[in-house]
Amino acid sequence: MPGPGQRPPRGAKPQVQNPGKLLARLMGYIFRDYKFHCIIVFILICCSVLANVQGTLFTKNLIDDYITPFLLTDNPDFGPLARAIGRVACFYALGVVSTYMYNRIMVTVSQGTLKHLRDDLFSHMETLPIRYFDTHKHGDIMSVYTNDIDTLRQMISQSIPQIINSAFTIVSVFISMLILSVPLTGVTLIMVCVMLFFTRKATSLSGKYFREQQTNLGKVNGYIEEMMKGQKVVKVFCHEDECVKDFTELNNMLYVSADNAQTYSSFLGPINAQLGNVSYVVCAIVGGILALNGVGGFTLGGLASFLTFNKSFSMPINQVSQQFNSIIMAMAGADRIFRLMDEESETDNGYVTLVHAKEVNGVLTESDTRTGRWAWKHTHQADGSVDYKELKGDVVFDGVDFGYTDDKIVLHDIKLYATPGQKIAFVGSTGAGKTTITNLINRFYDIQDGKIRYDGINVNKIKKADLRRSLGIVLQDTHLFTGTVKENIRFGKLDATDEEIVAAAKLANADGFIRRLPQGYDTMLTGDGANLSQGQRQLLAIARAAIADPPVLILDEATSSIDTRTERIVQEGMDHLMAGRTTFVIAHRLSTVQNSDCIMVLEQGRIIERGTHDQLIEEKGRYYQLYTGNAIAS
Amino acid sequence: MDVLRNQVAVVLQNNVLFSGTIYDNLRWGNKDATDEECQEACRLACADDFIRAFPDGYNTYIEQGGSNVSGGQKQRLCIARALLKNPKILILDDSTSAVDTATDARIRRAFREDIPNTTKLIIAQRVSSVQDADRIIVMDEGRISAFGTHEELLASSEIYREVYESQTSGGGDFDEKAGD
Repeated sequence: MPGPGQRPPRGAKPQVQNPGKLLARLMGYIFRDYKFHCIIVFILICCSVLANVQGTLFTKNLIDDYITPFLLTDNPDFGPLARAIGRVACFYALGVVSTYMYNRIMVTVSQGTLKHLRDDLFSHMETLPIRYFDTHKHGDIMSVYTNDIDTLRQMISQSIPQIINSAFTIVSVFISMLILSVPLTGVTLIMVCVMLFFTRKATSLSGKYFREQQTNLGKVNGYIEEMMKGQKVVKVFCHEDECVKDFTELNNMLYVSADNAQTYSSFLGPINAQLGNVSYVVCAIVGGILALNGVGGFTLGGLASFLTFNKSFSMPINQVSQQFNSIIMAMAGADRIFRLMDEESETDNGYVTLVHAKEVNGVLTESDTRTGRWAWKHTHQADGSVDYKELKGDVVFDGVDFGYTDDKIVLHDIKLYATPGQKIAFVGSTGAGKTTITNLINRFYDIQDGKIRYDGINVNKIKKADLRRSLGIVLQDTHLFTGTVKENIRFGKLDATDEEIVAAAKLANADGFIRRLPQGYDTMLTGDGANLSQGQRQLLAIARAAIADPPVLILDEATSSIDTRTERIVQEGMDHLMAGRTTFVIAHRLSTVQNSDCIMVLEQGRIIERGTHDQLIEEKGRYYQLYTGNAIAS
Repeated sequence: MDVLRNQVAVVLQNNVLFSGTIYDNLRWGNKDATDEECQEACRLACADDFIRAFPDGYNTYIEQGGSNVSGGQKQRLCIARALLKNPKILILDDSTSAVDTATDARIRRAFREDIPNTTKLIIAQRVSSVQDADRIIVMDEGRISAFGTHEELLASSEIYREVYESQTSGGGDFDEKAGD
């Protein structure tokens, strides 16, 4: 199972299968909440493009209708010219204002969309089955929230509006150019094709190195992380020099690929700028000849306008093609984001729920208030009738087979039963399947074959949330959340009063150490309870289970990480908690095993022996070997 | 410092394997070790059997942080890695906690019989892990509170006796009892 904090090499970018569909889905996301904003942005982009095109087109009138006639008169009247220039200025001003406004609105749209994406991602993640977290590295999931979301930010706020703007500009400029002069438009188009050819060449070369750079960056990051974690081991084996050597090698690869990527992509700008200038000059010469000879009514003013269009035609094409790499990266990011969102949620077809119960005339019925008694409400699907069955804590495994994947079964034909209040101990070597069995009671995983019944009800019929509410779990390594001690205990029962919390802590033997903390029950715990010892954390976990007061308890006894004296305190707490409940315990302690109602000896996913301590000793089997230590020779 | 550390091998409480094959990881201990030496060290650490059970044997690729081997397997690989250093002093810091008890006992016997000339420092919570040691040091709040063999300490140290009794009289450890 991958541990927390492992970061995968981020470079491996999968090919996006269906970019069009992906883009449509992303746009759908943006439109969902910002339809109005998007329409405004679209209108503003049109305004800004049209204003610029109009302004440029007007240059023709300016020259042909005002300036050229001036050359022919001796006493020109500058009044109409000034007004005309004023109009041009207005057009350009409108363009600037529109551009500013749509950029401003896009900030809101992109940040808001990202926020919604993150919200949706997280709430979806909470619905995923444990299996998902077993099979995906935590670092991978993390980087969806950070890296991938960030690539989208750039795409939504910059690339998309720019593409719309560019497309619009290209179309309107192209039409304007055609109106002005068909032959010159042809010349411009040829030059643009040449430019596109070079751009393609350069981006495909730099693209290769960009991908290589990502892969190498991932490797360098991974190496640094691995070495930070293993720093003590590195020192113990005097491996510092080798590590530095390995790192230098990886770092050098990163350097080479980054250098190449930048080299090729930096070619692009100057080359295209030069080609743009060439195009400008060619158009100027051809257009000059046309205008001077008055071919097809082409004027000097038309040439002035056309030359401006020539510039503004090649610019958007270049801009879009330069953004190609970042768009590809954003699409890969979007792909991963949506893939996480499409991940199948934990299915829950359960319809049996847990309700408060009271007894009226000897019949169990549902109660609106907390009564301290619980019942399973079983609505029969066939006829809609409702039964109530008291929650007792009777658990039966009948011929259960289980594997984390279908082709590798790790538990075989597990049969066991526990009547309310019984204590069942699991013993066996590491990897025998003790923890796996307890995970099945919770339905963290679904079984391949057989049945598990809880109070006679197939657990598949019970709603998962209700099933888990009826179980208490204390694990070896307790996870604590940031918050006060009190809040952490209250995790077990959200409406618990302070008195109930103290009572639960007392039962768990945790009251003593909590009172010695600087702020007692209000002490803040941070970073998974980093300021508490292993034993203290386990005491809190016991208190958390005690306050939930479940009829069935799953305990994983601590092994070696706590000292003997603390262990005794923890054990006392656990013993208090176990009293009167059905308990499944993964046992390490002799006393726990001895006073269990039934001991299951597991070996390679099978129960090979079962019985009480005395019976098993009598049998002189595997348990006897474990117990007496004669196993060494076997 | 290097000279000192090269003579001492430590198996840490929270040990780490690195991404690479099992051979790569073992050769952290001694980068010139032959395949046979690596396998011999694994035999001492009771790791040989499970390594051979992997499809790629000793060339199995260990994922970052050793996430594709179990806790007990990881600990045994770490012990083998430390043994390859041929250390004068071997420090074991609670390093067989996830190894099942029969195997744990086999490892301890291998230490006793195959590397008798190496000084071994064993840090443990369990009395049975240290019972057969030449000297046992009882620590309490950062000070050495008692020092001696198992029998001497039972007679002289109150803390040791308390710990011993709590582990043997019903409060003891089931697994550990078995491995003894």
